[in-house]
Amino acid sequence: MDTDGKVLDPSLEPDVTEEFATKIYKDMLTLNVMDLILYEAQRQGRISFYMTNAGEEAYIGSAAALELEDEIFGQYREAGTLLYRGFTLDQFMNQCYSNDMDLGKGRQMPVHYGSKAHHFQTISSPLATQLPQASGAAYAIKRSGKKNCVMCYFGEGAASEGDFHAALNIAATTSAPVIFFCRNNGFAISTPASEQYKGDGIASRGVGYGMHTIRVDGNDVWAVYKATQEARKIAVEKHKPVLIEAMTYRKEVEDWKRHDNPMVRMRKWLESKGWWDEARENAHKSEQRTAVLKSFAAAEKRKKPMVSEMFNDVYDKLTPNLVEQKKELEELIKKYPEHYDTSNYAQEK
Amino acid sequence: MSSMLKKAAVVSIPTVRQALLRSNPLLANALLAKRAYNSKGGVEMTVRDALNSALEEEMTADEKVYLMGEEVGQYNGAYKVSKGLLDKFGPKRVIDTPITESGFCGLAVGSAFAGLKPVCEFMTWNFAMQAIDQIVNSAAKTHYMSGGNVDCPITFRGPNGAAAGVAAQHSQCFAAWYGSVPGLKVVSPWNSEDAKGLLKAAIRDPNPVVVLENELMYGVSFPMSEAALSKDFVIEIGKAKIEKEGTDVTIVAHSRSVGFALEAAYLLEKEGICKAEVINLRSIRPLDVDTIIKSVKKTNRLVTVEGGWPQYGVGSEICAQIMESEAFDHLDAPVVRVTGADVPTPYANNLEAYAFPDTEVIARVVKRTLHKQIGAK
Repeated sequence: MDTDGKVLDPSLEPDVTEEFATKIYKDMLTLNVMDLILYEAQRQGRISFYMTNAGEEAYIGSAAALELEDEIFGQYREAGTLLYRGFTLDQFMNQCYSNDMDLGKGRQMPVHYGSKAHHFQTISSPLATQLPQASGAAYAIKRSGKKNCVMCYFGEGAASEGDFHAALNIAATTSAPVIFFCRNNGFAISTPASEQYKGDGIASRGVGYGMHTIRVDGNDVWAVYKATQEARKIAVEKHKPVLIEAMTYRKEVEDWKRHDNPMVRMRKWLESKGWWDEARENAHKSEQRTAVLKSFAAAEKRKKPMVSEMFNDVYDKLTPNLVEQKKELEELIKKYPEHYDTSNYAQEK
Repeated sequence: MSSMLKKAAVVSIPTVRQALLRSNPLLANALLAKRAYNSKGGVEMTVRDALNSALEEEMTADEKVYLMGEEVGQYNGAYKVSKGLLDKFGPKRVIDTPITESGFCGLAVGSAFAGLKPVCEFMTWNFAMQAIDQIVNSAAKTHYMSGGNVDCPITFRGPNGAAAGVAAQHSQCFAAWYGSVPGLKVVSPWNSEDAKGLLKAAIRDPNPVVVLENELMYGVSFPMSEAALSKDFVIEIGKAKIEKEGTDVTIVAHSRSVGFALEAAYLLEKEGICKAEVINLRSIRPLDVDTIIKSVKKTNRLVTVEGGWPQYGVGSEICAQIMESEAFDHLDAPVVRVTGADVPTPYANNLEAYAFPDTEVIARVVKRTLHKQIGAK
């Protein structure tokens, strides 16, 4: 698509339904609304950490090209893929507030989402470790004979880590059905890409590892969608890894905001089909804003996970020293209730 | 890690081991005298073959178990631990990897998240430092940090501790490193029964388990009991074994040091000096401190032995836990640690021999401990 939302090559005009296309756009809008509110909450100190998705919303197009049972390994700016798969606003907010409904039991910083039901691997803080793990999950899928693949997201900054190189090489040599999706937004936190690497971006490295590689306009939802669709075919049918580099050019931010913005381009495309207009835009935004704020307030009010949860899941079962520690804590809480106020924690089951 | 170094390590071992046996009669004695210390049984098996049979049995029993590492397939393993497995199970389950520890370790961890049961072999634990983030930050913590949603049933294994003639970067013990990490289980076998039973337990365990083998023990034969030959044989992780009962002093050791500790104990008994109780830790984490406490309450004296460094080591941890337990009141002498020397392991053969505890050193320390009395002038 060009900046007016017109598909340049008519043969690539996406063959999709109104429902499918508007869902992608609606999720992009919802993601923006959620980002604004949670980013503000972080600035106010109500949550400890947040990572926005602004400017990179077009990656939702990649989620749309996957099957639900394709495993996703994310970095930390891929909440949109979860949103697309039906992770609810309540689930997002519960995680960010580490309350008793958080699937991660309050053990991680905000935005470290994870959901078995949505085939979304729990986010891990150390940078780039998800890349070789994605190769491993892909290897497991290949062995199981399932017609699925793994989708692994990362930024161009993470591609400087050793794990990136190890992951691409091991995926190529084991013929693992994995798509490595690099979001190249030109900045790793604050370091510009010009100081991150000297070669031709990230894509050139895929070629070096003997992998199918494609560079795509990361601000164009349909380009991202199409590239992912093709990559998925190669991964699933030929059992081969693929590298996608999605360029999101964030250097001239102001200019980009006006012209190259993925939101604007997708909206224009939808409008040209008669599937979207100002009224629908405003209605969806305000509806989602209300919904996010409602979830947000509810999540903030909920209790923290049960005290006993702090001992669980270190191992499959409590080890003797953990049993001992747990017992000691229970006795202390019972003996000195004035020093151990547990009223803010969920009732023990 | 350079492949040159790895190859050098592989080819030099037999010659170095023979040289070491010639130059160190005590070690030779320890190896020859091993029969006295083990389960009675008709069949002898090397530690290498015990590990091999553990792998073969578990791979036969569970299709999800697979082995991955450098040279594990075509070459049958750098130390031949995986001999015959490629022929039997094929390249889908015995995978030769590129020289990229963070890559294949990360892949193994990811495949465990996805439901497989990988056995990730490091040619030696020294090389695993390239992948320690995957072991400590991903394998050990993901079950907890995913709220119990993601399992990581993985076994990391390979030779650990000082080898022979491979210098500082290839001669060190990682028991204290991995033993400090919640979420990991860590075992350290000494003989063939330990090796088989603990490796099988590690593979079956739903948690990530670090198996610290010892290169110098691979070629050593031990008797195997009838029970240990069975495919159902496993050793519970987290339980130590009393290898020799005694009344006067407790010696706690793990891995290769167990052999030296036993030899020292028999030597002292023969000289009529004392009856030492020898505990083979088997597990580093969870640590079976109860067995040590019980023994100390009986013997009133404790000596720990390990090949690792003294500071923050396994012996240090045992000392601390004994101090904090009721056994403290039963001590007649301060606990003493016998450890590897606090230096990067020397390359020179003679210096290397001085850097690690042997039978003679252990016997000397035990004797000294017997003469000490807390509160005595």
